[in-house]
Amino acid sequence: MSRTLNQAATRELDDLDRAIINQLQGGFPVGDRPYAMAAGAVGADEATLIGRLGDLLADGTLTRFGPMFDVERMGGAFSLCALAAPRDDYERITALVNAHPEVAHNYERDHALNMWFVLACASRDDIPLVLAEIEAETGCTVYDFPREAEYFIELKLSA
Amino acid sequence: MNKPESFAPPSLNAADIDVDESLVRSLQSGLQLVPQPYEAVARELGIGADEVMARIRRMLDDGRIRRIGAVPNHYRLGYTANGMSVWDVDDAQIDTLGPRVGALPFVTHSYRRPRRLPVWRYNLFAMVHGHSRAEVEQKVEEVRALLGDAVRASDILYSTRILKKTGLRLKERG
Repeated sequence: MSRTLNQAATRELDDLDRAIINQLQGGFPVGDRPYAMAAGAVGADEATLIGRLGDLLADGTLTRFGPMFDVERMGGAFSLCALAAPRDDYERITALVNAHPEVAHNYERDHALNMWFVLACASRDDIPLVLAEIEAETGCTVYDFPREAEYFIELKLSA
Repeated sequence: MNKPESFAPPSLNAADIDVDESLVRSLQSGLQLVPQPYEAVARELGIGADEVMARIRRMLDDGRIRRIGAVPNHYRLGYTANGMSVWDVDDAQIDTLGPRVGALPFVTHSYRRPRRLPVWRYNLFAMVHGHSRAEVEQKVEEVRALLGDAVRASDILYSTRILKKTGLRLKERG
């Protein structure tokens, strides 16, 4: 999976791909035939839109299509966490961290703290439990950086 | 763990929360690519499509669902340089300056987070995406200019590899 995520685009995006990326990052309708309802906005018909979304998911241009849940509004919790994995043990530690379903994203970064991951838990109380498990499994100290204030988030990426 | 309370605002009753929780679980990997995706979820849960749509609309209204749509992979859009800029900002000024950083058009996320001294001195995180590291660095200089004297130190952590990226996956813990 990480291989697909890191690959360069295998084909150029066409107008429909760009319209989907630029116009369907939010606001997808809730209705009996939502793809038919959304298709006009991107200049396609229902079957074409459904087919193209499948292609974009399959080739990794989209990582997901559907509702984006706010874990915290559902009573759950997020935290950004980091650890310093020894270089020669990096792949093993990656596998141990990724094996936790609560790990939603995980990135390698060029810093002494070289592995940064986001935990999404159903309850705030689960975060220290998962952190303790990861520390026990990997032998690495895990630093957590829960957000104390959110200064603005908007969808700004365009194709 | 008290399961019902962990998933929804307390204004909803337990039965509602159970149905909403089932709905979240069936939608967390994404919406099915079929002409009637809400109908498909309704069949799976054994409830009506109208009820599924009403519940989804309620979750949109109260913010449990942020939005419904496509999540692009930054890398595949050419945003191959992903710099997490981190800043040690004067505590007295961060809540004034943070929203101004977050409002910059190229900053996609911006948070105040705790320091972990002595390992980590930075309390402001601003994610900057660009087509190259040079572009990211140019944008980071704009952040620096905005923060001015309030900054004591800063760094940019580039992501060198995506190790995992999935949607929300909720798991019950025993």
